[in-house]
Amino acid sequence: MNVHTYSYQLQPEKVRAEFFRLLPISLFVVAFGAAFGLAAIQKGLEPLQAILMSTTVFAGASQFAAVDMWGSEVSLIPLMAVVFAINSRHLLMGASLYPMLRDVSPGRRYGLLLLLTDANWAVSAQEYQSGKRNLEVILGGGLVLWVAWIIGTWLGVYFGGLLQNPKSLGLDMVLGCFLLAMALGGKKSPRTLVAWTVAATSSLAAWKWLPPNTHVVVGALAGGAIGFFWMEKKTEAPESVEEGRSS
Amino acid sequence: MTVETTVAGTLALIAIMTLVTLATRFGGVFLMSFVTINPRIESFINTMASSVLIAIIVPMAVSGDAGSLAALVVTAVIMLATKKPLPAIAAGIASAGLVRYLGITAL
Repeated sequence: MNVHTYSYQLQPEKVRAEFFRLLPISLFVVAFGAAFGLAAIQKGLEPLQAILMSTTVFAGASQFAAVDMWGSEVSLIPLMAVVFAINSRHLLMGASLYPMLRDVSPGRRYGLLLLLTDANWAVSAQEYQSGKRNLEVILGGGLVLWVAWIIGTWLGVYFGGLLQNPKSLGLDMVLGCFLLAMALGGKKSPRTLVAWTVAATSSLAAWKWLPPNTHVVVGALAGGAIGFFWMEKKTEAPESVEEGRSS
Repeated sequence: MTVETTVAGTLALIAIMTLVTLATRFGGVFLMSFVTINPRIESFINTMASSVLIAIIVPMAVSGDAGSLAALVVTAVIMLATKKPLPAIAAGIASAGLVRYLGITAL
């Protein structure tokens, strides 16, 4: 690699704007974090240990699965396997941002990835589909989500009784609804719909027949394969039938 | 191999979880730095990205209760009709709460 300047400049004002843009969803993340904090102390973690875990791991689904395996002893390899399997979607999420991330210096690139999580990635990936390059949401949005996750955990370990049953309020569906809204907000071509059908079918098949927690990666790769073999003609003109109709 | 959840053991387990998660956050980008991005790879990446979302959501809808399903259906309908994420998400969450409050177990 030659020495070269990196073309993507993160704009501080935009980082701040993205922080506030993801603030509403972060309030729900606080509730999630509280549920995690409560689950963690019920499984025998010390409050500070649970908060430390949320701070350094910052991956909710895998943390819930991990404390589920907690006891006076924890089997190391199964724990690592579960955490890896649940978080393996990050591999694909990071890869999908690579066309933007290669335009920032390696230090910043991997720094940004520390804050990579579902919600800020979904925003960035969807905007990239419509031609907007937005790494600021990874930083600004990631920060607000991370802080919310830590505050939530803190509330959960010390005041867990406040939110006895987040499920009854539908709070367990926040992330699912958010991700679905992001998916449907992106551009839809016949190719996308075929890819989604393949992704849906194979993720269901994997969920049913393959080892637990492999379904996201299996479904995503199967959907990606459609894109690999079926390339869309590069049409810069937005007045194609699908796009023109909705605007 | 098991680790006792003494203070040191717990801290070690948290450190290991952190490293494993970090490997997943860094790994995809690290591997991509060896790949030449051509239109075909770009096409793969873009289709794969939205497929990640579908692959998370569909099993969630199928395995969840009536409340989860209601949340996703309502979010989808409002999102497609209005293109506004926040009302769609809010209505979805509210529907899950409502369906569960009413004790509906199957749609």
